[in-house]
Amino acid sequence: MSQLFNQYRAPMLFGLMALLLIAVGVLQSWAVTFTLINLCLISALMALGVNIQWGYAGLFNVGVMGFAALGGLAAILVSMPPQPAGYAAGGWGVLGGLAIGAATVFACVYTYRRTHRYLYVGLVAVVGYMLMRAVIDPAVAAIEAVDPSVSGWLGGLGLPIVLAWPVGALFAAAAAWLIGKVALGLRSDYLAIATLGISEIIIFFLKNEDWLTRGVKNVNGLPRPVPYEVDLQESASFQSWAQSLSMPVDDASGLFVKILYTLLFVAVLALIMYLSEKALKSPWGRMMRAIRDNETAAAAMGKDVTWQHLRVFVLGSAVIGLAGAMLVTLDGQFTPTTYNPLRYTFLIWVMVIIGGSGNNWGAVLGGFFIWFFWIQAEPIGLWLIEALTSGMDPASAVKAHLLEGAAHMRLMTVGIVLLITLRFAPKGLIPEK
Amino acid sequence: MTDVLNALVLLTNFLLLPGLTYGSQLALGALGVTLIYSVLRFSNFGHGELMSFGTMFTIFFTWLFQSWGISIKPLPTALLALPIGILATMTLALIMDKTVYRYHREKKSSNVIFLIVSIGTMFVIGGIVRFAIGPADQIFFDGTRFLLKAREFKQMTGLDEGLAIRMTQVITIVTAVVVVAFIWWFLNKTRTGKSMRAYSDNENLALLSGIDPARVVMVAWLLVAALAAIAGTLYGLDKSFKPFTYMQLLLPIFAAAIVGGVGNPLGAIAGGYVVALSEIAVTFAYKRVIGYLVPEDMQPDTLVQLLSTDYKIAVSFIILVIVLIIKPTGLFSGKTL
Repeated sequence: MSQLFNQYRAPMLFGLMALLLIAVGVLQSWAVTFTLINLCLISALMALGVNIQWGYAGLFNVGVMGFAALGGLAAILVSMPPQPAGYAAGGWGVLGGLAIGAATVFACVYTYRRTHRYLYVGLVAVVGYMLMRAVIDPAVAAIEAVDPSVSGWLGGLGLPIVLAWPVGALFAAAAAWLIGKVALGLRSDYLAIATLGISEIIIFFLKNEDWLTRGVKNVNGLPRPVPYEVDLQESASFQSWAQSLSMPVDDASGLFVKILYTLLFVAVLALIMYLSEKALKSPWGRMMRAIRDNETAAAAMGKDVTWQHLRVFVLGSAVIGLAGAMLVTLDGQFTPTTYNPLRYTFLIWVMVIIGGSGNNWGAVLGGFFIWFFWIQAEPIGLWLIEALTSGMDPASAVKAHLLEGAAHMRLMTVGIVLLITLRFAPKGLIPEK
Repeated sequence: MTDVLNALVLLTNFLLLPGLTYGSQLALGALGVTLIYSVLRFSNFGHGELMSFGTMFTIFFTWLFQSWGISIKPLPTALLALPIGILATMTLALIMDKTVYRYHREKKSSNVIFLIVSIGTMFVIGGIVRFAIGPADQIFFDGTRFLLKAREFKQMTGLDEGLAIRMTQVITIVTAVVVVAFIWWFLNKTRTGKSMRAYSDNENLALLSGIDPARVVMVAWLLVAALAAIAGTLYGLDKSFKPFTYMQLLLPIFAAAIVGGVGNPLGAIAGGYVVALSEIAVTFAYKRVIGYLVPEDMQPDTLVQLLSTDYKIAVSFIILVIVLIIKPTGLFSGKTL
């Protein structure tokens, strides 16, 4: 019996997940179900990216948030229309400054190769940095002064937003390559600390560099890959179609748009899933697992452990960046302040660990389950606290404090779930084969 | 000549003193991280929250003492409440070790698993703190704010620039010196300290010579909890207490520990000062200092600031990256506990 259960474990768990989502559809509304599904799909994709790093190679990335935010940056830079006034004000200055910055990096590398003295490299870096700041600062100030309430930035390229998804993957991959170059091949916790740092810095950068991202003023109204509800409601054919389903046109258009997003995301997830499964079963996947399970032995067999780690780290981060770009597309806006490590790094980690480290299906299932409960837990928690405090005097300070504190129970719950899983079920829901 | 003196006073007031204060706080934090690393062999991501837990308890008892009318003016009441904060943190650390870490130690989990476990504890403690005291800013300093006011200094010396010495700065630096001296004495002179060093050098050899590992681990947690509570309270007195800021202290603390060479207490202290001083030096606007030193026609028209203060956090990261590239074992490599 238990063998039968183990054999059909994954399909049964996925079936249970589907039942939960259908229950939400019946009890709450189908629009809620599809909102949940869309975010579940993106979470699953992020979890897949983390699983590529952690499950395949045992690399601990504490910077998921940063890579996801870089994906979001790609979304606005590719899709938003360019701002000619911004370019006129300081476009050349910014370009020149960036060119000087790039030249400085090359000069540093060159100096190191020629002299092998860090002192000279440091001098070159400081001088180059000063030059860059001298060129870029006035240009940035000029750009940010252009009509700051609606513009004040350079804008994007005005291309279809779906193109931003692979670009987001590229951005994240580039950042991962730099971090991996520095921190891989050293002690394993250095990667964790370095990724923690870079993700914080990426978020600070996105919040402060208004010329590039509008900073805390946010970018709203991103173009969509799917039609707008308003246009659907006005089209005659859609109206008649909604009537044939006997649904109000408003609800039907909202649901239709959500389902279109779902189809797009399912297609991306299926593609990435297919590629990851292929990779995992290929000789390369076997080598990665061999390295994960015994680095010394794999190195003795002539495998370049650091190089392979770098590769898998870049690949995993690219998937996270892709998911980050998709998330901003779905939201239709880019708000740097919403990126916080709990939601964007550690929740994803919990998804992977609970789902089953090393198993792609586990990561996807974890993405669905954990996102579902993350969203549904808030009403449950609030209700629980309400029920517990119902006997108390409604004006009492203790009750107010408890109600206020309920929001922080999420943090604690994530921690407890993580600790319990690591202790009692370290293999997760769908263990690695 | 007075111009040079003015410039020096300016630098002392805005760079050196704050740097030494912040550096002492970081050094105590990094010392805790390093002790855990050398005895339990993992990077403890929960350390920031441990600091915030200790500070929270100190604040609670400060409020209690204040309501009883107890004070030790001119010193802040928090110093009186600190021992209770330390005890509370020690209790929490021991409970955490018993319920969470001991299992993984016995199972000999890999150090990445330990790292993830420490992130789990970080959330649990963080949740407790935010639940109990809330996420808002708390200022709990009372007592005399300044030992030397800028105006008095100006009158005394006749210089244009004032030097202000704040009470919290003196308390922080003095406490740090005392604590570091105690740790040094403990590790080098006492039997327990020596057995801890032996255990961290070579676990098997230490076990063979009859050192009780449970005791070593317990003492390590007690020390780390005390360090965390002290560092957290000093930081909170000097600036303010806010749970989110304490979580963000994690990066500079790790940077400090790595700069000095993880597992090396002396290195951790040096690393704390390196990180703090460079953080302030890089984000400091030198315009006024240069103004005193160069002739009038060469005055700079910008702030002469290397990095805007928004990017403070980037400084510790850049230091971290430089150390990882140039000397991954840290400045004081090869010498542990």
